Amino acid sequence: MSDIIEDIEIRLLLEALYQRFHYDFRDYAQASIRRRLRQARDQMGFANFSALQEHLLHDDDMLPRLLGYLTVQVSEMFRDPSFFRTIREKVVPHLRTYPSLKLWVAGCSAGEELYSYVILFREEGLEDRTLFYATDISEEALAAASRGIYSLDRIRTFTENHRASGGKSSLSDYYTSAYGNAVFDKSLRDRVVFSDHSLVTDAVFGEMQLVSCRNVMIYFNRDLQDRAIGLFSDSLMRNGFLALGSKENLRFSRHADAFADFVREEKIYQRREQ
Amino acid sequence: MNGVSPRAVVIGASAGALQALSQILPELPSDFPVPVLIVVHIPADRRNMLAPLFQAKCRMLVREAEDKEPAMAGTIYFAPPGYHLLAEADGTLSLSSDEEVLYSRPSVDVLFESAADAYGSNVIGIILTGANPDGAQGLRAIGEAGGSAIVEDPAGAYADTMPEEALKACPTAQVMTLGEIAAHLLKVCPA
Repeated sequence: MSDIIEDIEIRLLLEALYQRFHYDFRDYAQASIRRRLRQARDQMGFANFSALQEHLLHDDDMLPRLLGYLTVQVSEMFRDPSFFRTIREKVVPHLRTYPSLKLWVAGCSAGEELYSYVILFREEGLEDRTLFYATDISEEALAAASRGIYSLDRIRTFTENHRASGGKSSLSDYYTSAYGNAVFDKSLRDRVVFSDHSLVTDAVFGEMQLVSCRNVMIYFNRDLQDRAIGLFSDSLMRNGFLALGSKENLRFSRHADAFADFVREEKIYQRREQ
Repeated sequence: MNGVSPRAVVIGASAGALQALSQILPELPSDFPVPVLIVVHIPADRRNMLAPLFQAKCRMLVREAEDKEPAMAGTIYFAPPGYHLLAEADGTLSLSSDEEVLYSRPSVDVLFESAADAYGSNVIGIILTGANPDGAQGLRAIGEAGGSAIVEDPAGAYADTMPEEALKACPTAQVMTLGEIAAHLLKVCPA
């Protein structure tokens, strides 16, 4: 069993973070939050979590630093190309039947997945009728997403993924290279609303045709996963689509009955008619 | 192990993993009393390869771990390509797509450190062949938590870096050949 004192300190630290700043990580999956907190403690040079907590409560610059460790997400453009190919081939034909569309990328992090959807929708001629909502709890992540700048050494993977997903253009059409970075075209953000939103504490904000939340809920415990999936269920119009990460599923959720498998192996679900 | 019964076996392997695991996993009976959690370094685009490969050879159930599922006795779980696998204190498994550790995702360190937290002294950690230092810190964490640390004999390993680094980080680990590891597991985890 893990160190009892460390357990207590972690619980207190997460409680302090919630009570003082309303960031609620109390129901995150324990093992990975513990790992991230240990990284934060060690890299910032604190002897223990109590020392870290003292600074969190009394130093103004501590919160963003700690959140930087707790909210880091790693993704790629067109991650799991077969997923995006399925969106293109199986979901887009349904979306075409709507005169206007709302797509919510929940937990958008640095924006890789958001841009994948915008590019895909542009290639499929749907961008002009779509409003994209990109939400995250981290201001830094939202700022990075709205900058749309990625290191050039990641572009090869992004390009391969885009091609493998059935991309109809060249990814290089969408960015310019500068100083070792790829700067994605501003026009990709014309129809994007970036917004601070927490799946833990916030509510529904619109009726969506597609909600994409990939590799976010693996960081939640079961209760919190239930809350988030309930939120998605309430946000989707009937027959709307929910996309999860390739290793996530609704099998253990209270709300499993609200959804039908649409493409099971890609973890794309469809909201049932009520 | 201080006479306490194990709740899980965790295994990490890299280069040469398939051959090494092929000498251990098929030896375990279908009613092996604890779950076996395994990280093998393979590229993220190799989908679902390990589980079907080993299911064909093994008596235990073999599957790719899913997020939030309970770790069951008699079952071998492989970390999915592209995801870290972590053991939770409540006996379930969770996944993460956090950054790579030592260029690896899944990472042996991540699994082993979480297993040390979740199972304390009631876990057996085994480092097999591999050409990088992933797993060394994790094995040390298991040793420090009072768990049982085992390393494949570097002299017989396909790639000796991983076992040697693990021994450096956790000098009290027991060194065994693959055949000895299988026999040891059957002895300390009687069905």
